[in-house]
Amino acid sequence: MALQSLDIKNRSASTSRGPSARSTLEVAKLIDVSRCIGCKACQAACMEWNDLRGEVGVNEGLYTNPRDLDDQTWTLMRFYEEQIEGSLQWLILKDGCLHCSDPGCLKACPAPGAIVQYTNGIVDFHEESCIGCGYCISGCPFNIPRLRKEDAKVYKCTLCSDRVSVGLEPACIKTCPTGALHFGSKEDMLFQAQERLGDLRERGFAKAAVYDPAGVGGTHVVFVLPHGDRPEAYGLPKDPSVAPLVAIWRSGVARALGVITMFSVAVAGILHYMRHGPNQVPGEDGKEA
Amino acid sequence: MTNNWVDIKNADVVLVMGGNPAEAHPCGFKWVIEAKIKNKARLIVVDPRFTRTAAVADTFAQIRPGTDIAFLGGVIHYLLEKDKIQHEYVKAYTNAPFLLKEDYQFQEGLFSGYNAEKRSYDKASWGYELDKDGFAKVDMTMQDPRCVLQQMKRHYARYTPEVVEGVTGVKKDLFLKICETIATTAAPDRVMTNLYALGWTQHSVGSQNIRAMAMIQLLLGNMGMPGGGLNALRGHSNIQGLTDLGVMSHLLPGYIGLPTEAEPDLKTFLEKRTPKALRPNQMNFPQNTPKWFISLLKAWYGKAATKENDFGYDWLPKNDKPYDIMAAFELMYQGKMNGYFCQGFNPLASVPDKAKLLDGLSKLKYLVTIDPLPTETSSFWKNVGELNPVDPSKIQTEVFRLPSTCFAEEDGSLTNSGRWLQWHYKGAEPPGEARNDVDIMADLFLRVRALYAKEGGALPEPILNLSWPHLIPSQPKPEEIAREFNGKALADIPDPKDPTKFLAREGEQLATFAHLQADGTTACGNWIYCGSWTQAGNMMGRRDASDPTGLGVTPGWAWNWPVNRRILYNRASADPSGKPWDPKRKYLAWTGTKWAGADVPDMRPDAAPSEGVGPFIMTPEGVARLWAPAMTDGPFPEHYEPFETPLEKNPLSPKEPRALSNPAARVYKGDRERFGTAKEFPYVATTYRLTEHFHFWSKHTRISAVLQPEMFVEIGEGLAKEKGIRQGDQVLVRSKRGQIKAKALITKRIQTLQIQGKSVHTVGIPIHWGFEGLTKAGPLVNTLTPFVGDANIQTPEFKAFLVNVEKA
Repeated sequence: MALQSLDIKNRSASTSRGPSARSTLEVAKLIDVSRCIGCKACQAACMEWNDLRGEVGVNEGLYTNPRDLDDQTWTLMRFYEEQIEGSLQWLILKDGCLHCSDPGCLKACPAPGAIVQYTNGIVDFHEESCIGCGYCISGCPFNIPRLRKEDAKVYKCTLCSDRVSVGLEPACIKTCPTGALHFGSKEDMLFQAQERLGDLRERGFAKAAVYDPAGVGGTHVVFVLPHGDRPEAYGLPKDPSVAPLVAIWRSGVARALGVITMFSVAVAGILHYMRHGPNQVPGEDGKEA
Repeated sequence: MTNNWVDIKNADVVLVMGGNPAEAHPCGFKWVIEAKIKNKARLIVVDPRFTRTAAVADTFAQIRPGTDIAFLGGVIHYLLEKDKIQHEYVKAYTNAPFLLKEDYQFQEGLFSGYNAEKRSYDKASWGYELDKDGFAKVDMTMQDPRCVLQQMKRHYARYTPEVVEGVTGVKKDLFLKICETIATTAAPDRVMTNLYALGWTQHSVGSQNIRAMAMIQLLLGNMGMPGGGLNALRGHSNIQGLTDLGVMSHLLPGYIGLPTEAEPDLKTFLEKRTPKALRPNQMNFPQNTPKWFISLLKAWYGKAATKENDFGYDWLPKNDKPYDIMAAFELMYQGKMNGYFCQGFNPLASVPDKAKLLDGLSKLKYLVTIDPLPTETSSFWKNVGELNPVDPSKIQTEVFRLPSTCFAEEDGSLTNSGRWLQWHYKGAEPPGEARNDVDIMADLFLRVRALYAKEGGALPEPILNLSWPHLIPSQPKPEEIAREFNGKALADIPDPKDPTKFLAREGEQLATFAHLQADGTTACGNWIYCGSWTQAGNMMGRRDASDPTGLGVTPGWAWNWPVNRRILYNRASADPSGKPWDPKRKYLAWTGTKWAGADVPDMRPDAAPSEGVGPFIMTPEGVARLWAPAMTDGPFPEHYEPFETPLEKNPLSPKEPRALSNPAARVYKGDRERFGTAKEFPYVATTYRLTEHFHFWSKHTRISAVLQPEMFVEIGEGLAKEKGIRQGDQVLVRSKRGQIKAKALITKRIQTLQIQGKSVHTVGIPIHWGFEGLTKAGPLVNTLTPFVGDANIQTPEFKAFLVNVEKA
């Protein structure tokens, strides 16, 4: 679905350039883990707004429910019990798409226009163009997209691009009761995040940090992590990057290689014709074949 | 709440104990976060489990369930021993200087006057020493060994940090660190708030848990202060409204006690219920009880209530014994109750000892449930395998299910924890045959009245004389009912200060309860709600969010009882001379001619500080009570073990077996035999809510069911290892009263505690499952819980009992 108020910056498997007449602010969601109480209101709001209804599952001895992200669960509260510097911490992380500036999923996608990146930074899946190959899943350094078996399409958080395109905040942001979630320009969100670090350091979280990993060009979902030196304790990769093969797949070298290959095949075909003439259809009895 | 939700943001220290607001009150918890971020507040959590609230706390201490008084008594001991109290406040605003009678005694867990047979106290020795005028004697130096402060020092001297550690399991160092933080708020410019909920009330010592905290807040000078107070977080959006309106077996609206058989006539009732001042010059506001009570009778019985017939006093029921919910089910169990109306209530899930409840419900002739959803109570007769192992062929109870609307399908007001009455409007039409509760009751009433009118009956007057002034009698409008609660003038009410003026003309809505009269010229359905719907209209519907002082006081938002006052006892936010204790928190001050500030003063507006009128206007003392002889189970909170305890002796009174558990708590015949011992049931269990669900309602909604689908119990890693239980295993949890199955959630958040030299494991049991709804069917947790409650108000002891756990 094209959103008229959001310009597309990048399309998967396409070479056409996006429009540049309008300039838009880059947006971001700020997740302040130090204010999050794991109430799952964001998870419920996501299901409400996006008309998602998972099955009633089972409890596997965890607070994390459902057990994992899936096509009906685009955001998920994950709970981790960690002993850090001698004290117990119950780390609660709102998992979901980080909307990378350098999105591995988009780079990996071979279906033209199935994944787009808007100029405001949102990375959106256009499922009607999705061919269900799952390359985006292997291309994502955060393990976010999920394949739906029933329709062989891949789904993930849209950052409520439909809401954002008409000037609303994402549904999760609107619902968060403690102000752990904020939405605005990326610049403002980073400023707010930095401001929180002072308070956290004063409370003894000496290594509090903002998570906006450079390996993927920064993200449009940024975190304030009280234990900023240990993002993996929250289930976040320490130094995420787009896998080298995916990077090559979308690079100029790969494109040139593809063009050369195609050209070589065509040339070889012509040469073959010149030397051997048209292929002979086998005789009726086929005995010569 | 003495204060309100928004006011939490003014706190310097937030102590969460006896509650888990991040989990059970996530929206209100935003104000704790606000205090942390804007006010650099420190958040302390003391709980049997590391909860979602603990996840964002600065300090957490794990306490053994049912030992809060030992902890809080230890804090009192610390504050008194280290002299970290706000002296001027304590001296002027509490009964610390009051002298006690000579014959008061306390020994080995028992206060003087104990009667073991009746399990109750004769409180004669608990009173103050009175002078010849009937006023309490005081020693303003607070040095007299018989003054409350000195008695308190003596009483809590036993609660040393070592004793606290041995009883509660909280390590001494951690306990002292918490004490230090709490003690910082003894300074006039630092304030602590306390947030609690059913983690304190659901104990056999529930009322005393809260009392102990109130005493700490008084010693620190935190009552009446913005950012302070003692704040009960109510468990339903309108449970505050329920108690305000007296929907309890011993109360009338506005906390007026229901008459008992010992009060056969109006005169006796009013004499007994109207206190006399215990110190000179005090407001003793309950002296107005006759005005409130007679206005209530006028609202109920209208013209039929006359001075000659005691305003219809004879038509009120007179309690002969308690009829609280446990007493009601005991009567049912004994076969002494025929029918039961169950409105917006699921007692099979909410009252202890399910087997006993099933037995009781099965003996009824009829049961009426009025609820928007099918409740387990309404299906109690259904066999659901081991989840509800009954034989329907043996149950003769006739069950009527009347589908009602939910809050979003009706107009009306909700009273929140902070006493705000907020009007709301219907968001949707009710489905199917659902009718709103008022219509159902009106229909019932009109039919019963018609029967009485036709057939007479034993005592028709209470029904036939009831005033029913509704435009459509079968459909009273919420607006009509709200106006009745507020009250109106039945005649012109002259202004005593100016005979040319009137406080209200006949037929007008009253502006304040100060205008209520005891002669039948005013009618008021609930005196504390007077002012909510005045001549100016519906005050509850106001939505002006402006906060002129920045202290979180929004006088134009909704309406706050009493008289739109946002913080109770707010006179105490200023020193005796009328100057705010803290220049940063200028809440109320004496201007030279009157009291003025951010809020409606909790004081006679023209009471000059020199008059010495105390800020606690609802007590006959005029000051707050560190010593409270009104309590059933002792004037000072004392640690007693829960009725099911892992210990054989009370560590604070080891020589007195009668003081092992609350000696004044009611135990019915046969229930003691249904209590388990540590030998058979070695682990301490506690029950609680989860944020994904709301009681037994939200299991009927798909999203909540997805977010928390199946019953589980939380088990510490220590116990899991001992029992060979792994994450996600099915376990069997047994108590003396029954057993349930659930998934095991193995956690670091529950540690094994060292109590009196032995290891004690805690098992956490969330409550939300049942055999109706969209979640996986699960057991009702009250299969396990004991049938005993708080000595004062009978709230069941759901927070501390004994179980055994094994792999299923």
